[in-house]
Amino acid sequence: MNWSKYSAPLAFYPLAGRMIPWFGTVAALAIAVGLYIGLLVAPTDFQQGEAYRIIFVHVPAAWMSMFLYVVMAVWAAVGLGLNARLSFMMTQAIAPTGAMFTFLALLTGAMWGKPTWGAWWVWDARLTSELILLFQYAGVMLLRTSIDDQRRADRASGVCALVGVVNIPIIYFSVQWWNTLHQGASVSMTAAPKMATIMLTGMLLMTFGFWMYSLAVILSRARCVILERESLQLWSKPSSVPEVAGVR
Amino acid sequence: MYWGSLSEFLEMGGYGLYVWTSFIITGLCMVWEILALWRRRAAAIAESRGIVRDIG
Repeated sequence: MNWSKYSAPLAFYPLAGRMIPWFGTVAALAIAVGLYIGLLVAPTDFQQGEAYRIIFVHVPAAWMSMFLYVVMAVWAAVGLGLNARLSFMMTQAIAPTGAMFTFLALLTGAMWGKPTWGAWWVWDARLTSELILLFQYAGVMLLRTSIDDQRRADRASGVCALVGVVNIPIIYFSVQWWNTLHQGASVSMTAAPKMATIMLTGMLLMTFGFWMYSLAVILSRARCVILERESLQLWSKPSSVPEVAGVR
Repeated sequence: MYWGSLSEFLEMGGYGLYVWTSFIITGLCMVWEILALWRRRAAAIAESRGIVRDIG
């Protein structure tokens, strides 16, 4: 199979369309089972009581906020290096979902902070660097909309996304590098998880569900972006977009 | 099943407000994103059909 042909936006469009229902279904199943485990099966936490259950949305949202930023920056790098239209379209498609998960990580963090720390917000390294991430997503999106020329908008927001990636390790390691109020990592690649297996299972299922949800939503937005930006190309190749194919 | 009764489940040991706000707003944001994409898609398709019709 020749995958490189899918780097053409109009060839990618139907492929993405076939993948969205699969990712969406898997996301719905994983989130349903994750919620069942997190809310109904998992026992209480001996230190934090039931407030700890916020972990089942907070950690997946926070992980996705960082992961999606890295993926967005990689697409920006590919776009800048190869001057590929589809790569910039992916950058454009990822930013709003990444921003949403960053907002949710901050909001659910506040909901967790109030009962456990006594404060909605503190200027702690973890919280502050995550807030900066939200501004970075906003910057990437605003820079695009503020430049009329499409190619310049792509390059400017791509550079912005790429430069901002330095914040990701800062967020990740902030709880080690600084003395933060935010608790340390419950799960890491080098040590055994510091939580009960059933809690970990629920959290990982929710994370997997959020990841699959992101794929479905981002591919769906990428299709919108392709239609918005490539509509003139459609004239020569309307068959790639079934919704448009029958017009003439 | 961990809970003894529905009211116990909703109260979340006194943290109900924080826990349910977190879950409900997360859910609402995700549903809103899907609906917004649905509308954006319908608008983009309508626009493309218009362009293809006019040029073709």
